[in-house]
Amino acid sequence: MKTDWRERRHRWDIRYAPYAYIAPYFLLFSVFGLFPLLYTAWVSMQDRNLLDGDAATFIGLDNYVELLTADPYFWNAMGNTLSLWLLTTVPQILFALGIAQLLNRRLRGRTFFRMGVLLPNITSVAAVTIVFAQLFGRDFGLINWALELFGAGRIDWQAGTASSHTAIAAMVVWRWTGYHALIFLASMQAIPTSVYEAARLDGANGWQQFWRITVPMLRPQIIFSTVIATAGNMRLLAEPLLFNPGAGAETGGSDRQFQTAALYLYEHGFKKFDFGYASAIAWLLVIATVLITGLSYLAARRIRTD
Amino acid sequence: MTSVLERPAPVASPPPKRRRTLRLPGPWTYAALIAVLAGSAFPVYWSLVVSSQTPDKVTSVPPVLVPGGNLFANISRVFDQTDFALAMMNSLIVSGTITVSVVFFSTLAGFAFAKLRFRGRSALMLLVVATQAVPTELGVIPLYMMMSDLGWASEIHAVIVPGLVTAFGVFFMRQYFERAVPDELLEAGRMDGCSSLRLYWHVVLPAARPAAAVLGLFTFMQAWNDFFWPLVVLTPENPTVQYALNTLASGYTTDYTLVLTAATIGTVPVLAVFLLFGRQIVGGIMQGALKG
Repeated sequence: MKTDWRERRHRWDIRYAPYAYIAPYFLLFSVFGLFPLLYTAWVSMQDRNLLDGDAATFIGLDNYVELLTADPYFWNAMGNTLSLWLLTTVPQILFALGIAQLLNRRLRGRTFFRMGVLLPNITSVAAVTIVFAQLFGRDFGLINWALELFGAGRIDWQAGTASSHTAIAAMVVWRWTGYHALIFLASMQAIPTSVYEAARLDGANGWQQFWRITVPMLRPQIIFSTVIATAGNMRLLAEPLLFNPGAGAETGGSDRQFQTAALYLYEHGFKKFDFGYASAIAWLLVIATVLITGLSYLAARRIRTD
Repeated sequence: MTSVLERPAPVASPPPKRRRTLRLPGPWTYAALIAVLAGSAFPVYWSLVVSSQTPDKVTSVPPVLVPGGNLFANISRVFDQTDFALAMMNSLIVSGTITVSVVFFSTLAGFAFAKLRFRGRSALMLLVVATQAVPTELGVIPLYMMMSDLGWASEIHAVIVPGLVTAFGVFFMRQYFERAVPDELLEAGRMDGCSSLRLYWHVVLPAARPAAAVLGLFTFMQAWNDFFWPLVVLTPENPTVQYALNTLASGYTTDYTLVLTAATIGTVPVLAVFLLFGRQIVGGIMQGALKG
């Protein structure tokens, strides 16, 4: 009798226990991750404003039509998103390659240097953006002070489109370059020295070795980094929000010159509580992100491996 | 690559002067790296400089570039004039709970995926990998509506619950178990009549310690620094650190000293974790990169 029960328990353990171990992940992810994202599509087809009570009217694709055909602020935000994506992603990957190359030597104090380049990545976006906003300040910012010292004029960083995008891109690049550099470094170390020896014998200089051997060998990591950087850089929110904090920060500058799509979603969703419209922005941003990720994947794949 | 190898060496090229081994760094390498490091550390250093000055120094020309003696006075001002103590406490609870939960559920699921046989295993694992790419952040609106309906809006549970599991954690632990826990060890345990739960507790979990530590560190820092979702769902009366920083920076105060002191204090916990375990964190990132 007792063995029978143990036998049954054992069989249950083999057959069903694994599902019990993975169930918490799938359950929690479905409820708090996947469901909200899918439900966003439903809300995006409603006229639904929290300020009008809980009433929701189904209006089909009206929100999308309005966004795409009659909302210049949306296109402005999308333009800013693309501009910032380009200004953050490309330098991030290039600097990371350079830094990884520097780190890929027999250095004294390896761990110290590696930790040093990773330091920006562990700091919080909010804290760092506050610091940077101060550094980029018009009247008392350190950067303008240094510019003036070298004879260049002061820049009102927040005021212009190009200048504000540059400043915000600087924050993102500062934060993420070291992380990607470590990813590249790990793969660089896996390249056998003999490949470089042979190239040197053939008279290839350091520059040629870097572009003809190192970069092609790193192709998978470059693709990986480009894709995850793109996913992050397409929904920048904290940086533009805190770059010019205060009342109306969600517009991303007085002329919306650095309002990203994520910030526009935040403005409609949580300042105007226009949930339907904001959900449509969210879905369009998802679609744009997928498209741009695909594009950057294809671009990174073009690295020659010969 | 082969094109380089196959290309005949130019006949007239002079022989390379000195064959240095590939990886010996010259002084320029060190100089360049130190410049990179200075750039990395400067904003952090700068926030320390400003937080240790009196408020009037922020606007002085030329700017003050070395720390002053006002740090502790500023720190006590932050705690006296704002809710920063509550914010720190909330952030500790949120990040601590999320860390414990992610490590627990990830090791459990990772163990099942790596070491137990069941139907649909590879398809379900593929699903986990695929969910990593889902931009769940963009589901904030329904998530907010859910939290409101549950009556959790403005409570810190609302921040904790969506963070309890991550696809990355499951994937990360599975990769580790595949390599680090030999099947024979588990077979031996089975022979002795251990249930899978006992195997998990007595064999797998002790073996998971190094990877679980790295996962825990990552998770803690990520949860601590999370910005968007707390900003949406919490209120100024019950903030996390990042929320409080936003409130402080958005206020009408032009007292940068106060704001930057708060930013400095808010960075201390992650900075401490980083300084203590930086080697493991760097190792974790570099190993993750190799798996790609």
